[in-house]
Amino acid sequence: MSKPATPVAPPLKDELDIVIPTIRNLDFLEMWRPFFQPYHLIIVQDGDPTKTINVPEGFDYELYNRNDINRILGPKASCISFKDSACRCFGFLVSKKKYIFTIDDDCFLESEFGLGSVICMSVNCRDEFSLFAGRGGAGVSFGDLGVNGPREYAKKKFFVYVAKDPSGKEINALAQHIQNLLTPSTPFFFNTLYDPYRDGADFVRGYPFSMREGAPTAVSHGLWLNIPDYDAPTQLVKPLERNTRYVDAVLTIPKGTLFPMCGMNLAFDRELIGPAMYFGLMGDGQPIGRYDDMWAGWCTKVITDHLGLGVKTGLPYIWHSKASNPFVNLKKEYKGIYWQEDIIPFFQSVTLPKESTTVQKCYIELSKMVKEKLGPIDPYFTKLADAMVTWIDAWEEINSPAQSAPAADAKKDGPSSKKK
Amino acid sequence: MSQFTIKDDEVDIVIGALQPDLTSFMEQWRPFFSRFHLIIVQDPDLKGELKIPEGFNLNLYTKSDIDKVVGSSSNAISFSGYSCRYFGYLMSRNKYIISIDDDCIPAKNSNGEPIDAISQHIINLTTPATPFFFNTLYDPFCEGADFVRGYPFSLRSGVECGLSCGLWLNLADYDAPTQSLKPDLKNSRYVDAVLTVPARTMLPVSGINISFNNELVGPALLPAFRLAKEGKVRWETVEDIWTGMCVKVVCDHLRLGVKSGLPYVWRQERGNAVESLKKEWEGVKLMEDVVPFFQSVRLSESAVTAEDCVVEIASSVKEHLGPLNPTFDRAAETMVEWIKLWKRVRAN
Repeated sequence: MSKPATPVAPPLKDELDIVIPTIRNLDFLEMWRPFFQPYHLIIVQDGDPTKTINVPEGFDYELYNRNDINRILGPKASCISFKDSACRCFGFLVSKKKYIFTIDDDCFLESEFGLGSVICMSVNCRDEFSLFAGRGGAGVSFGDLGVNGPREYAKKKFFVYVAKDPSGKEINALAQHIQNLLTPSTPFFFNTLYDPYRDGADFVRGYPFSMREGAPTAVSHGLWLNIPDYDAPTQLVKPLERNTRYVDAVLTIPKGTLFPMCGMNLAFDRELIGPAMYFGLMGDGQPIGRYDDMWAGWCTKVITDHLGLGVKTGLPYIWHSKASNPFVNLKKEYKGIYWQEDIIPFFQSVTLPKESTTVQKCYIELSKMVKEKLGPIDPYFTKLADAMVTWIDAWEEINSPAQSAPAADAKKDGPSSKKK
Repeated sequence: MSQFTIKDDEVDIVIGALQPDLTSFMEQWRPFFSRFHLIIVQDPDLKGELKIPEGFNLNLYTKSDIDKVVGSSSNAISFSGYSCRYFGYLMSRNKYIISIDDDCIPAKNSNGEPIDAISQHIINLTTPATPFFFNTLYDPFCEGADFVRGYPFSLRSGVECGLSCGLWLNLADYDAPTQSLKPDLKNSRYVDAVLTVPARTMLPVSGINISFNNELVGPALLPAFRLAKEGKVRWETVEDIWTGMCVKVVCDHLRLGVKSGLPYVWRQERGNAVESLKKEWEGVKLMEDVVPFFQSVRLSESAVTAEDCVVEIASSVKEHLGPLNPTFDRAAETMVEWIKLWKRVRAN
């Protein structure tokens, strides 16, 4: 087994789960191995449950397919989407850890050292380093090596990717997310030098001292280089646009401001905000897709604002490699594009009652408002509101104190496969 | 992204001169300043003649000009120190105003080339702002970026930008306590982004490197909040923080945008944080009242211009903050005087 060039200390090793939805394969885990291997993975297999998803050797994981979801939740399984990455929220439900990091299976490590470049270390010749530029820049191209890209190269040579920045420090998206979550947010007053808790920054002149303790951070929203997270119309108009701008900032999204939350590179404190991270009804049998993370983000932001918690966005970047088909996306999204014109004003005007002091209570209140205010737009919202309640029921059932003890009936509640 | 081109004569660069020799400052900025008209205002407390290099299209205003225009009727307004630049704003007839402190020089990019902060400010002011919904890829109007998935289409045309707040490398705009505690803390992080500060979110606006749309928000850039022991280094002032929040309230009310981020300037070391802290720390304390006030102030529907808004804010300051400290009371009076002066000067 290959080892990283320098040891990578795994912070929060026993307190964080990595949740990955997948319908194809998990080859991309090879690239993340030095960073992910110390952690427990929860893999949610979407689509055909009879298909076997191959997990690379050496990872500690549990894998759930549709049969598992149906078995564990019974009738409540109706709230978990099928044929959509929204199914990932099942992983949030069954996790027993404080923190969650979720990522898509077409996302890779980003390197500041020339976009898309990676430093590979051979298993056999540890002293041998090669620098490949994935986009522009000097160096050997993958084509020169007779392969299609970094993934194929890794598979061929069992190389390990350890991305480094110009100072030689490893770029570790997971570590940055953890840093974001473990330091406070500043939702009440904007700091013009962005996150004041980062090295080399602080609160600027004029920032009241009474606000400098900040608020606990519930969510860390990372970004993506290469393929940007555009909607279908934008993708169709600008098929070649790539995000090449590395913005070296983490910032808190101010209280009272909504944002479009992308689930591709996301971490959150499950204890603080977990029940709000429901990714809605999407995919098979639903009139809409690609709004799962959006929905979770709007609900989450309204609730974090109400409970005095913070949401950060910015670093870390991951490298998003695969552009989805814009025509397929358009079909999934188009209702959402219309509906969001009503959904946004709805969320902007939500006020939760003072008595809603827990995330679950807030979420149930929200579901009532969804039914009342958005129900008239389309019956979908009534279904969604019901699913929101089902989700909270499921959350309570799975996460009640009785469940936190080792499960007596392991067969009923367990995954279909696990390793380690 | 399309950005309409503006005529050079729509821009004024206003410099408040707090030091007598502007040669080095102006020479370093020459490549970026020389196209435009400059207004230089000499701090009325600064004696003697300013040293200014040749070859600029500029108007210079000194104490005697200030006294002539302002006269004795508006004796509540002081243009001393950093506030001298507001006289320049008063005199300007141009649409866009850019202001940089006289101890800042162009920052350098990774190739060692000086960065054109003026052009960046102009871009910020002439492209739309997006205050009603946060775009996670920051400014959607810049090259190579756009609105992300989930951004409502009806909000994608944005609104006009009223104020653009730039940043600083090297000596950042920290307050005296912070810089005293961390004397070696310099800002070396170049964040390649411009973003719109969302509606109803307040921020501390630093006057060190700003620009604004004079036609839309001009009257709100005002000299009102003067500390008792205000000095000639930024650590001994908070006047810009006060003004900035006035402007933000005005912009939020008039549905205009406020941007923050690029451009960076390189801020040179000046003064001593510990000395400043000993001299003037009241500003830090007063922020505790100032910020919650501005976060909660609401203007009436009949306030449709920046002037109207300022008058309403002043009245609210007098009512809610006046009782807490005479500095607030004076600020409210000065704001009212300023609008009178503004209207008088504009009428002539």
